[in-house]
Amino acid sequence: MSAVLPSDAIPAAAAHSRPILAVNNIEVIYDHVILVLKGVSLEVPTGSVVALLGANGAGKSTTLKSISTLLASERGLVTKGSIEFQGERIDRLTPNALVQRGMIQVMEGRHCFGHLTVEENLLTGSYTRSLSRGELRSELEKVYHYFPRLHTRRTSQAGYTSGGEQQMTAIGRALMAKPKMILLDEPSMGLAPQLVAEIFEIVRDLNDKEGVSFLIAEQNTHVALKYAKYAYILESGKIMMEGPASDLADNAEVKEFYLGLAGEGRKSFRDTKSYRRRKRWLS
Amino acid sequence: MASVQVFLEVLIVGLLSGVMYSLVALGFVLIYKASSVFNFAQGAMVFFAALTFVGFIELGAPFWLSLALTVGTMILLGMATEKFVLRPLVNQHEITLLMATIGLTFVIEGLAQLVWGVDVRRIDLGIKDVPIDWVADNTGMLISQLDLFAALIAGTLVAVLAVLFSRTKVGRALRAVADDHAAALSVGIPLQRIWGIVWAVAGVVALVAGMLWGARSGVQFALVFVALKALPVLIIGGFTSIPGVIVAGLIVGAAEKLAEFYVGPMVGGGTETWFPYVLAILFLLVRPEGLFGEKIIRRV
Repeated sequence: MSAVLPSDAIPAAAAHSRPILAVNNIEVIYDHVILVLKGVSLEVPTGSVVALLGANGAGKSTTLKSISTLLASERGLVTKGSIEFQGERIDRLTPNALVQRGMIQVMEGRHCFGHLTVEENLLTGSYTRSLSRGELRSELEKVYHYFPRLHTRRTSQAGYTSGGEQQMTAIGRALMAKPKMILLDEPSMGLAPQLVAEIFEIVRDLNDKEGVSFLIAEQNTHVALKYAKYAYILESGKIMMEGPASDLADNAEVKEFYLGLAGEGRKSFRDTKSYRRRKRWLS
Repeated sequence: MASVQVFLEVLIVGLLSGVMYSLVALGFVLIYKASSVFNFAQGAMVFFAALTFVGFIELGAPFWLSLALTVGTMILLGMATEKFVLRPLVNQHEITLLMATIGLTFVIEGLAQLVWGVDVRRIDLGIKDVPIDWVADNTGMLISQLDLFAALIAGTLVAVLAVLFSRTKVGRALRAVADDHAAALSVGIPLQRIWGIVWAVAGVVALVAGMLWGARSGVQFALVFVALKALPVLIIGGFTSIPGVIVAGLIVGAAEKLAEFYVGPMVGGGTETWFPYVLAILFLLVRPEGLFGEKIIRRV
């Protein structure tokens, strides 16, 4: 089904080390009836940034929530396949146990604790760790180092901060758990392009300096492909395409469907849509 | 001069009983804040706690041992409620949860009477319900020793809870859960443990309320209805605010006593029972989120 691109499609890191995350052919059903994911497989090599692309409703969030096991609280269920984090099956763990093992999700729409201050929000992220007062302080300082803006806003109620600041708070909160891997759901949602770039720069920084692996679900294909090393494209609950980010960015089909570019300049939205519809019938 | 003195006396008596309303309302707020469940069974828990305490005393246990045993019982009851009643209903509609707590009310009431019998009992806290001599001598006002004592205990408990909420890790987690269940889950806060803690704390609050109310008016089935007095307190104070219910408790206490004293004679008495509800309706019209209820922060 999925069209693996030729050439050096296998991520370099995966060749010699075990992936930090391996999702094998999972199926997800909501409310016992609605089949959302129809066999999704993906891998995140240790220390990599991998993007999960696709349109609205393609199943990106569901994939992330199946991995973080938050799905269970939304009456969703992984009915087939397996999910392994650092070689361990995690499908039946609680989110609490998973955070303790080093994987945390930053949910779509940020989900800050609106009535808590920015700093209190960050502190909740360290719930699973037992830290002394001094250690907590230095962990906070580390987050403020990456997000100086949060330091100036630390006493504001998170509900009254801007969208960008809330996204930073949500990522900073996740960092307080000292994660090995962060699942980042739609970080660009509702943010100005400049802020989106700022957030992705920080993600790159965290990946470089802290060695945190990322799986990022994004609709903003352009930005995601720029910062990710490898990417998967999801459509209607299936992986349609995968490959190194740079290859996908050059791929004609990706350009046409997801970047809105075609050989003879921009195509109209209508043409693209009908083309996609036809293709789905054929497949 | 005399009228000012009478006014003050009525006001103080009202405020002191108001603290007790705050205490009962606090049990509701704790659970509502953390899990959006309106715990209809809070009144039954007050009754159950008081009856259990008296029961241990009657079995011959000394005061402090009975207190410790009852605290243990309330913690167990709270955690069991969370585990066996609410956990299976997680993600269900709020109305479903409310219905469950209504059912729980009957179970707890029945259980209490099954174990400890239906007689009206007395609780002896060692404080007499008599006027404080010093105050009576100096100001001429009759302020009950028991009322003052109860208000002090309730005040202390509220202060301790407030500090726990704002300064501790569990308190912070609790407020986080109150704000956003899903996000709390995503950062690894174990919702069910937090809910268990909240129910246990609500059980202990119910015990304190039950002992104080029981000392004043006897441990009897009517304690269940004390909880109904908490409703106007909750509406005025806001369902989610601890300072709100404290202030609202004082307002309701003072207002009902003043109304009984000044308005009562004009309408043939009985004002005390309905006045708080009129007040609550007025608040619903003017300020539906309550005095200090959390405004829904919504960015556009």
